[in-house]
Amino acid sequence: MAAEKNVGLVLLNSSLSPFGQRCSIALAEKGLPHEYVEEDLAAKSDLLLRSNPIYKQVPVLLHDGRTIIESLIILQYLDEAFPDTRPLLPTDPYERAQARFWADYVDKKVYGCGSRLYMVKGEPQVPANIEMAGILKTLEGELGEKEFFGGEHGFGFLDIALVPFSTWFESFDKFWGVGVAEVAPKLAAWAARCMERESVSKNVFSPEKVSDFIGEMRKDLGIE
Amino acid sequence: MASEKSSSDLTLLDFWVSPFGQRVRIALAEKSLPYEYVEEDLLAGKSDRLLQSNPAHKKIPVLLHGGKPVNESLIIVQYLDEAFPDTPSLLPADPYARAQARFWADYVDKKVYDCGSRLWKFKGEPQAQAKAEMLEILKTLETELGDKEFFGGEHGFGFVDAAFAPFTPWFMSYEKYGEFKVAEVAPKIAAWAERVGKRESVAKSLYSPDKVYDFIGVLKQKYGIE
Repeated sequence: MAAEKNVGLVLLNSSLSPFGQRCSIALAEKGLPHEYVEEDLAAKSDLLLRSNPIYKQVPVLLHDGRTIIESLIILQYLDEAFPDTRPLLPTDPYERAQARFWADYVDKKVYGCGSRLYMVKGEPQVPANIEMAGILKTLEGELGEKEFFGGEHGFGFLDIALVPFSTWFESFDKFWGVGVAEVAPKLAAWAARCMERESVSKNVFSPEKVSDFIGEMRKDLGIE
Repeated sequence: MASEKSSSDLTLLDFWVSPFGQRVRIALAEKSLPYEYVEEDLLAGKSDRLLQSNPAHKKIPVLLHGGKPVNESLIIVQYLDEAFPDTPSLLPADPYARAQARFWADYVDKKVYDCGSRLWKFKGEPQAQAKAEMLEILKTLETELGDKEFFGGEHGFGFVDAAFAPFTPWFMSYEKYGEFKVAEVAPKIAAWAERVGKRESVAKSLYSPDKVYDFIGVLKQKYGIE
Protein backbone atom coordinates (compact mmCIF):
# COMPACT_ATOMS: atom_id res chain seq x y z
CA MET A 1 0.00 0.00 0.00
CA ALA A 2 1.30 3.48 -0.80
CA ALA A 3 2.38 5.56 2.19
CA GLU A 4 -0.79 6.52 4.05
CA LYS A 5 -1.29 10.19 4.61
CA ASN A 6 -0.95 10.86 8.32
CA VAL A 7 -4.04 12.68 9.49
CA GLY A 8 -2.88 12.89 13.11
CA LEU A 9 -5.17 10.24 14.58
CA VAL A 10 -4.33 8.00 17.53
CA LEU A 11 -6.79 5.56 19.07
CA LEU A 12 -6.19 4.45 22.65
CA ASN A 13 -8.14 1.25 23.00
CA SER A 14 -8.46 -2.19 24.42
CA SER A 15 -9.36 -4.88 21.91
CA LEU A 16 -11.75 -6.25 24.57
CA SER A 17 -13.89 -3.13 24.60
CA PRO A 18 -17.03 -3.18 22.45
CA PHE A 19 -17.00 0.62 22.67
CA GLY A 20 -13.44 0.69 21.32
CA GLN A 21 -14.38 -1.78 18.61
CA ARG A 22 -17.01 0.70 17.39
CA CYS A 23 -14.24 3.25 16.82
CA SER A 24 -11.98 0.77 15.01
CA ILE A 25 -14.86 -0.20 12.71
CA ALA A 26 -15.66 3.46 12.01
CA LEU A 27 -12.04 4.31 11.20
CA ALA A 28 -11.90 1.30 8.86
CA GLU A 29 -15.19 2.21 7.15
CA LYS A 30 -13.82 5.70 6.54
CA GLY A 31 -10.42 4.45 5.40
CA LEU A 32 -8.75 6.70 7.97
CA PRO A 33 -5.14 5.86 8.81
CA HIS A 34 -4.37 6.01 12.51
CA GLU A 35 -1.95 4.88 15.15
CA TYR A 36 -3.46 2.18 17.36
CA VAL A 37 -2.37 1.89 20.99
CA GLU A 38 -3.49 -1.17 22.94
CA GLU A 39 -4.01 -0.23 26.57
CA ASP A 40 -3.59 -2.71 29.39
CA LEU A 41 -6.67 -1.87 31.45
CA ALA A 42 -5.01 -3.29 34.55
CA ALA A 43 -2.11 -0.87 34.12
CA LYS A 44 -3.38 2.26 32.38
CA SER A 45 -0.86 4.44 30.61
CA ASP A 46 -0.12 8.01 31.66
CA LEU A 47 -1.35 9.13 28.26
CA LEU A 48 -4.74 7.52 28.88
CA LEU A 49 -5.06 8.91 32.40
CA ARG A 50 -4.11 12.40 31.22
CA SER A 51 -6.41 12.24 28.20
CA ASN A 52 -9.44 10.98 30.06
CA PRO A 53 -9.02 12.03 33.70
CA ILE A 54 -12.76 11.94 34.37
CA TYR A 55 -13.59 8.40 33.36
CA LYS A 56 -10.08 6.92 32.88
CA GLN A 57 -11.46 4.63 30.18
CA VAL A 58 -10.91 3.59 26.62
CA PRO A 59 -11.62 4.37 23.88
CA VAL A 60 -9.92 7.75 23.56
CA LEU A 61 -9.32 9.34 20.17
CA LEU A 62 -6.50 11.84 19.84
CA HIS A 63 -6.57 14.14 16.82
CA ASP A 64 -3.46 16.30 16.54
CA GLY A 65 -3.05 15.78 20.25
CA ARG A 66 -6.57 16.89 21.24
CA THR A 67 -8.77 14.34 22.93
CA ILE A 68 -12.24 13.15 22.06
CA ILE A 69 -13.96 10.72 24.43
CA GLU A 70 -17.06 8.49 24.45
CA SER A 71 -17.46 6.11 21.52
CA LEU A 72 -20.63 7.60 20.03
CA ILE A 73 -19.19 11.10 20.33
CA ILE A 74 -16.02 9.87 18.60
CA LEU A 75 -18.10 8.44 15.74
CA GLN A 76 -19.92 11.74 15.23
CA TYR A 77 -16.63 13.63 15.45
CA LEU A 78 -15.14 11.47 12.69
CA ASP A 79 -18.12 12.27 10.44
CA GLU A 80 -17.76 16.00 11.11
CA ALA A 81 -13.98 16.35 11.08
CA PHE A 82 -13.55 14.20 7.97
CA PRO A 83 -16.49 15.20 5.75
CA ASP A 84 -14.86 13.73 2.63
CA THR A 85 -15.00 10.21 4.05
CA ARG A 86 -17.94 7.83 3.95
CA PRO A 87 -20.50 9.26 6.41
CA LEU A 88 -21.79 7.09 9.25
CA LEU A 89 -24.90 9.11 10.06
CA PRO A 90 -27.53 9.69 7.36
CA THR A 91 -28.19 13.23 6.09
CA ASP A 92 -31.86 13.63 7.01
CA PRO A 93 -32.31 15.27 10.45
CA TYR A 94 -35.12 12.93 11.53
CA GLU A 95 -33.18 9.83 10.51
CA ARG A 96 -30.13 11.18 12.34
CA ALA A 97 -32.22 11.65 15.49
CA GLN A 98 -33.50 8.07 15.21
CA ALA A 99 -29.98 6.69 14.72
CA ARG A 100 -28.75 8.62 17.77
CA PHE A 101 -31.74 7.49 19.83
CA TRP A 102 -31.28 3.80 19.09
CA ALA A 103 -27.50 3.96 19.59
CA ASP A 104 -28.20 5.53 22.99
CA TYR A 105 -30.72 2.70 23.63
CA VAL A 106 -27.98 0.15 22.87
CA ASP A 107 -25.70 1.92 25.36
CA LYS A 108 -28.31 2.07 28.09
CA LYS A 109 -29.98 -1.29 27.59
CA VAL A 110 -27.82 -3.86 25.83
CA TYR A 111 -24.69 -3.09 27.77
CA GLY A 112 -26.54 -2.56 31.05
CA CYS A 113 -28.60 -5.74 30.87
CA GLY A 114 -25.69 -7.73 29.40
CA SER A 115 -23.52 -6.78 32.36
CA ARG A 116 -26.20 -7.91 34.78
CA LEU A 117 -26.63 -11.20 32.94
CA TYR A 118 -23.03 -12.00 33.28
CA MET A 119 -22.46 -11.29 36.88
CA VAL A 120 -25.12 -13.58 38.22
CA LYS A 121 -25.82 -17.29 38.27
CA GLY A 122 -29.03 -19.21 38.80
CA GLU A 123 -32.46 -17.84 39.61
CA PRO A 124 -31.78 -14.09 39.78
CA GLN A 125 -30.72 -14.23 36.11
CA VAL A 126 -34.25 -14.98 35.04
CA PRO A 127 -35.52 -11.40 35.01
CA ALA A 128 -32.37 -10.28 33.16
CA ASN A 129 -32.91 -13.07 30.62
CA ILE A 130 -36.43 -11.92 29.96
CA GLU A 131 -35.32 -8.31 29.80
CA MET A 132 -32.59 -9.11 27.27
CA ALA A 133 -35.03 -11.03 25.09
CA GLY A 134 -37.31 -7.97 25.17
CA ILE A 135 -34.44 -5.65 24.24
CA LEU A 136 -33.44 -7.86 21.30
CA LYS A 137 -37.02 -8.01 20.06
CA THR A 138 -37.29 -4.22 20.27
CA LEU A 139 -34.11 -3.81 18.25
CA GLU A 140 -35.39 -6.34 15.74
CA GLY A 141 -38.56 -4.24 15.42
CA GLU A 142 -36.41 -1.22 14.56
CA LEU A 143 -34.45 -3.23 11.98
CA GLY A 144 -37.56 -4.60 10.32
CA GLU A 145 -36.89 -5.83 6.80
CA LYS A 146 -33.87 -3.59 6.26
CA GLU A 147 -30.52 -5.09 5.32
CA PHE A 148 -28.82 -2.78 7.81
CA PHE A 149 -30.17 -0.41 10.47
CA GLY A 150 -28.92 2.44 8.28
CA GLY A 151 -31.61 1.59 5.71
CA GLU A 152 -31.13 3.45 2.44
CA HIS A 153 -27.97 4.93 3.85
CA GLY A 154 -26.49 1.44 4.16
CA PHE A 155 -24.28 0.15 7.00
CA GLY A 156 -24.06 3.08 9.38
CA PHE A 157 -23.95 4.63 12.84
CA LEU A 158 -26.46 2.36 14.56
CA ASP A 159 -25.10 -0.79 12.90
CA ILE A 160 -21.65 0.13 14.22
CA ALA A 161 -23.04 0.94 17.68
CA LEU A 162 -24.64 -2.49 18.02
CA VAL A 163 -22.41 -4.85 16.05
CA PRO A 164 -19.68 -5.33 18.71
CA PHE A 165 -22.39 -6.71 21.03
CA SER A 166 -23.72 -9.06 18.36
CA THR A 167 -20.85 -11.48 18.83
CA TRP A 168 -22.09 -11.84 22.40
CA PHE A 169 -25.36 -13.31 21.07
CA GLU A 170 -24.04 -16.86 21.06
CA SER A 171 -22.90 -16.40 24.66
CA PHE A 172 -26.32 -15.09 25.64
CA ASP A 173 -27.63 -18.44 24.48
CA LYS A 174 -24.87 -20.64 25.85
CA PHE A 175 -24.71 -19.15 29.33
CA TRP A 176 -28.14 -17.68 29.91
CA GLY A 177 -30.58 -19.38 27.58
CA VAL A 178 -31.43 -16.31 25.54
CA GLY A 179 -31.70 -17.90 22.10
CA VAL A 180 -31.24 -14.98 19.74
CA ALA A 181 -31.90 -17.08 16.64
CA GLU A 182 -35.36 -17.93 18.03
CA VAL A 183 -36.17 -14.66 19.81
CA ALA A 184 -34.90 -12.28 17.12
CA PRO A 185 -34.03 -14.16 13.90
CA LYS A 186 -33.80 -11.01 11.76
CA LEU A 187 -31.28 -9.60 14.19
CA ALA A 188 -29.27 -12.82 14.07
CA ALA A 189 -29.28 -12.62 10.25
CA TRP A 190 -28.22 -8.96 10.41
CA ALA A 191 -25.30 -9.91 12.68
CA ALA A 192 -24.15 -12.52 10.15
CA ARG A 193 -24.35 -9.97 7.30
CA CYS A 194 -22.29 -7.48 9.30
CA MET A 195 -19.57 -10.07 9.87
CA GLU A 196 -19.14 -10.29 6.10
CA ARG A 197 -17.81 -6.74 6.16
CA GLU A 198 -14.08 -6.60 6.60
CA SER A 199 -14.26 -3.54 8.89
CA VAL A 200 -16.34 -5.64 11.28
CA SER A 201 -14.74 -9.06 11.06
CA LYS A 202 -11.28 -7.59 11.61
CA ASN A 203 -12.26 -5.57 14.66
CA VAL A 204 -14.84 -7.43 16.71
CA PHE A 205 -14.17 -10.45 18.85
CA SER A 206 -15.35 -13.67 17.30
CA PRO A 207 -18.24 -15.40 19.11
CA GLU A 208 -15.78 -18.08 20.26
CA LYS A 209 -13.43 -15.53 21.76
CA VAL A 210 -16.29 -13.80 23.59
CA SER A 211 -17.52 -17.12 24.92
CA ASP A 212 -14.04 -18.05 26.17
CA PHE A 213 -13.64 -14.63 27.76
CA ILE A 214 -16.97 -14.86 29.57
CA GLY A 215 -16.19 -18.42 30.66
CA GLU A 216 -12.91 -17.20 32.19
CA MET A 217 -14.61 -14.25 33.92
CA ARG A 218 -17.23 -16.54 35.43
CA LYS A 219 -14.57 -18.93 36.71
CA ASP A 220 -12.71 -16.02 38.27
CA LEU A 221 -15.92 -14.84 39.89
CA GLY A 222 -16.63 -18.35 41.11
CA ILE A 223 -19.79 -18.68 39.07
CA GLU A 224 -20.15 -22.04 37.40
CA MET B 1 -52.19 30.70 17.49
CA ALA B 2 -53.54 28.32 14.85
CA SER B 3 -51.20 29.72 12.20
CA GLU B 4 -48.24 29.52 14.64
CA LYS B 5 -48.95 25.84 15.21
CA SER B 6 -49.04 25.00 11.53
CA SER B 7 -45.87 26.95 10.75
CA SER B 8 -43.62 24.59 12.71
CA ASP B 9 -45.96 21.69 13.58
CA LEU B 10 -44.23 21.01 16.85
CA THR B 11 -45.73 19.46 19.98
CA LEU B 12 -43.85 18.86 23.21
CA LEU B 13 -45.01 16.21 25.70
CA ASP B 14 -43.46 17.28 28.96
CA PHE B 15 -43.73 17.49 32.75
CA TRP B 16 -43.52 20.91 34.33
CA VAL B 17 -40.53 20.43 36.65
CA SER B 18 -38.51 18.01 34.52
CA PRO B 19 -35.03 19.42 33.87
CA PHE B 20 -34.88 17.25 30.73
CA GLY B 21 -38.08 18.74 29.35
CA GLN B 22 -36.88 22.21 30.28
CA ARG B 23 -33.81 21.79 28.08
CA VAL B 24 -36.12 21.38 25.11
CA ARG B 25 -38.26 24.37 26.15
CA ILE B 26 -35.09 26.48 26.42
CA ALA B 27 -33.93 25.36 22.97
CA LEU B 28 -37.33 26.07 21.40
CA ALA B 29 -37.32 29.54 23.00
CA GLU B 30 -33.74 30.28 21.90
CA LYS B 31 -34.86 29.41 18.36
CA SER B 32 -38.16 31.30 18.64
CA LEU B 33 -39.98 28.19 17.46
CA PRO B 34 -43.70 28.08 18.26
CA TYR B 35 -45.03 24.80 19.62
CA GLU B 36 -47.91 23.22 21.48
CA TYR B 37 -47.02 22.34 25.07
CA VAL B 38 -48.75 19.28 26.50
CA GLU B 39 -48.42 18.63 30.22
CA GLU B 40 -48.24 14.94 31.07
CA ASP B 41 -49.33 14.38 34.64
CA LEU B 42 -46.68 11.79 35.42
CA LEU B 43 -47.75 11.40 39.04
CA ALA B 44 -51.16 10.24 37.80
CA GLY B 45 -49.89 7.87 35.10
CA LYS B 46 -48.78 8.02 31.48
CA SER B 47 -51.02 8.93 28.57
CA ASP B 48 -51.55 6.62 25.60
CA ARG B 49 -49.96 9.22 23.37
CA LEU B 50 -46.80 9.23 25.48
CA LEU B 51 -46.62 5.44 25.59
CA GLN B 52 -47.07 5.22 21.84
CA SER B 53 -44.57 7.98 21.10
CA ASN B 54 -41.84 6.59 23.32
CA PRO B 55 -42.51 2.88 23.77
CA ALA B 56 -38.84 2.11 24.44
CA HIS B 57 -38.45 4.31 27.52
CA LYS B 58 -41.99 5.64 28.19
CA LYS B 59 -40.54 8.97 29.29
CA ILE B 60 -40.90 12.65 28.61
CA PRO B 61 -39.80 14.83 26.97
CA VAL B 62 -41.10 13.75 23.60
CA LEU B 63 -41.02 16.15 20.68
CA LEU B 64 -43.55 15.45 17.93
CA HIS B 65 -42.71 17.08 14.61
CA GLY B 66 -45.46 16.59 12.09
CA GLY B 67 -46.60 13.79 14.41
CA LYS B 68 -43.24 11.96 14.28
CA PRO B 69 -41.62 11.46 17.70
CA VAL B 70 -38.09 12.42 18.69
CA ASN B 71 -37.02 11.26 22.17
CA GLU B 72 -34.22 11.95 24.69
CA SER B 73 -33.68 15.63 25.52
CA LEU B 74 -30.15 16.06 24.13
CA ILE B 75 -31.09 14.23 20.94
CA ILE B 76 -34.14 16.49 20.61
CA VAL B 77 -31.98 19.62 21.00
CA GLN B 78 -29.57 18.41 18.29
CA TYR B 79 -32.54 17.57 16.10
CA LEU B 80 -33.86 21.12 16.47
CA ASP B 81 -30.45 22.48 15.39
CA GLU B 82 -30.47 20.23 12.30
CA ALA B 83 -34.15 20.45 11.33
CA PHE B 84 -34.26 24.23 11.73
CA PRO B 85 -30.87 25.34 10.40
CA ASP B 86 -32.02 28.94 9.95
CA THR B 87 -32.47 29.35 13.71
CA PRO B 88 -29.63 30.15 16.17
CA SER B 89 -27.78 26.90 16.79
CA LEU B 90 -26.96 25.55 20.23
CA LEU B 91 -24.04 23.43 19.12
CA PRO B 92 -21.03 25.35 17.79
CA ALA B 93 -19.82 24.88 14.20
CA ASP B 94 -16.32 23.50 14.81
CA PRO B 95 -16.20 19.66 14.98
CA TYR B 96 -13.86 19.58 17.97
CA ALA B 97 -15.92 22.15 19.90
CA ARG B 98 -19.03 20.09 19.07
CA ALA B 99 -17.41 16.95 20.43
CA GLN B 100 -16.50 18.79 23.64
CA ALA B 101 -20.03 20.17 23.99
CA ARG B 102 -21.54 16.72 23.49
CA PHE B 103 -19.12 15.26 26.06
CA TRP B 104 -19.96 17.80 28.76
CA ALA B 105 -23.70 17.61 28.17
CA ASP B 106 -23.38 13.82 28.44
CA TYR B 107 -21.41 14.29 31.70
CA VAL B 108 -24.26 16.39 33.12
CA ASP B 109 -26.68 13.65 32.04
CA LYS B 110 -24.71 10.85 33.63
CA LYS B 111 -23.93 12.60 36.88
CA VAL B 112 -26.11 15.46 38.09
CA TYR B 113 -29.65 14.10 38.33
CA ASP B 114 -28.73 10.71 39.74
CA CYS B 115 -26.35 12.10 42.35
CA GLY B 116 -28.80 14.83 43.28
CA SER B 117 -31.56 12.26 43.78
CA ARG B 118 -29.40 10.26 46.14
CA LEU B 119 -28.89 13.40 48.23
CA TRP B 120 -32.58 13.63 49.03
CA LYS B 121 -33.48 9.94 48.95
CA PHE B 122 -30.96 8.72 51.49
CA LYS B 123 -29.47 9.53 54.87
CA GLY B 124 -26.30 8.57 56.68
CA GLU B 125 -23.43 7.05 54.72
CA PRO B 126 -25.10 6.91 51.27
CA GLN B 127 -26.09 10.57 51.60
CA ALA B 128 -22.56 11.53 52.65
CA GLN B 129 -21.25 9.65 49.62
CA ALA B 130 -23.71 11.48 47.37
CA LYS B 131 -22.62 14.81 48.84
CA ALA B 132 -18.95 14.04 48.18
CA GLU B 133 -19.82 13.12 44.59
CA MET B 134 -21.91 16.24 44.08
CA LEU B 135 -19.07 18.46 45.28
CA GLU B 136 -16.74 16.66 42.85
CA ILE B 137 -19.21 17.13 40.00
CA LEU B 138 -19.64 20.85 40.72
CA LYS B 139 -15.89 21.39 40.95
CA THR B 140 -15.33 19.50 37.68
CA LEU B 141 -17.93 21.61 35.91
CA GLU B 142 -16.41 24.75 37.43
CA THR B 143 -13.03 23.83 35.95
CA GLU B 144 -14.65 23.31 32.56
CA LEU B 145 -16.48 26.64 32.75
CA GLY B 146 -13.36 28.51 33.87
CA ASP B 147 -13.64 32.21 33.25
CA LYS B 148 -16.08 31.91 30.36
CA GLU B 149 -19.38 33.71 30.52
CA PHE B 150 -21.15 30.59 29.28
CA PHE B 151 -20.02 26.99 28.73
CA GLY B 152 -20.44 27.74 25.01
CA GLY B 153 -17.42 30.08 25.16
CA GLU B 154 -17.00 32.07 21.96
CA HIS B 155 -20.22 30.56 20.64
CA GLY B 156 -22.12 32.16 23.51
CA PHE B 157 -25.01 30.44 25.32
CA GLY B 158 -24.95 26.92 23.92
CA PHE B 159 -25.62 23.22 24.17
CA VAL B 160 -23.98 22.61 27.56
CA ASP B 161 -25.56 25.75 29.04
CA ALA B 162 -28.99 24.52 27.92
CA ALA B 163 -28.21 21.03 29.26
CA PHE B 164 -27.17 22.20 32.73
CA ALA B 165 -29.28 25.34 33.28
CA PRO B 166 -32.44 23.39 34.27
CA PHE B 167 -30.57 21.98 37.26
CA THR B 168 -29.85 25.42 38.72
CA PRO B 169 -33.20 25.68 40.59
CA TRP B 170 -32.32 22.30 42.14
CA PHE B 171 -29.15 23.78 43.72
CA MET B 172 -31.09 25.11 46.70
CA SER B 173 -32.47 21.63 47.41
CA TYR B 174 -29.06 20.01 46.96
CA GLU B 175 -27.66 22.61 49.38
CA LYS B 176 -30.35 21.94 51.98
CA TYR B 177 -30.06 18.17 51.85
CA GLY B 178 -26.30 18.09 51.41
CA GLU B 179 -25.51 20.93 53.79
CA PHE B 180 -23.17 22.85 51.56
CA LYS B 181 -23.27 26.04 49.54
CA VAL B 182 -22.67 26.05 45.78
CA ALA B 183 -21.30 29.59 46.08
CA GLU B 184 -18.55 28.29 48.38
CA VAL B 185 -17.79 25.01 46.61
CA ALA B 186 -18.03 26.31 43.04
CA PRO B 187 -18.38 30.12 42.97
CA LYS B 188 -18.04 30.39 39.17
CA ILE B 189 -20.87 27.91 38.71
CA ALA B 190 -22.98 29.90 41.18
CA ALA B 191 -22.28 33.09 39.20
CA TRP B 192 -23.04 31.32 35.92
CA ALA B 193 -26.32 30.06 37.40
CA GLU B 194 -27.35 33.59 38.19
CA ARG B 195 -26.38 34.87 34.73
CA VAL B 196 -28.14 32.06 32.95
CA GLY B 197 -31.25 32.48 35.11
CA LYS B 198 -31.69 36.00 33.75
CA ARG B 199 -31.71 34.85 30.12
CA GLU B 200 -35.26 35.03 28.79
CA SER B 201 -35.38 31.50 27.34
CA VAL B 202 -34.24 30.07 30.66
CA ALA B 203 -36.28 32.32 32.96
CA LYS B 204 -39.51 31.41 31.24
CA SER B 205 -38.77 27.68 31.18
CA LEU B 206 -37.72 27.06 34.78
CA TYR B 207 -39.60 27.03 38.07
CA SER B 208 -38.40 28.61 41.30
CA PRO B 209 -36.11 26.75 43.70
CA ASP B 210 -38.96 26.77 46.27
CA LYS B 211 -41.27 25.01 43.85
CA VAL B 212 -38.59 22.41 43.12
CA TYR B 213 -38.01 21.88 46.84
CA ASP B 214 -41.75 21.39 47.40
CA PHE B 215 -41.88 18.95 44.48
CA ILE B 216 -39.11 16.87 46.05
CA GLY B 217 -41.22 16.81 49.22
CA VAL B 218 -44.15 15.44 47.19
CA LEU B 219 -41.93 12.75 45.65
CA LYS B 220 -40.58 11.72 49.03
CA GLN B 221 -44.11 11.36 50.34
CA LYS B 222 -45.17 9.36 47.31
CA TYR B 223 -42.27 6.95 47.70
CA GLY B 224 -42.55 6.77 51.46
CA ILE B 225 -39.16 8.35 52.09
CA GLU B 226 -38.72 10.14 55.39
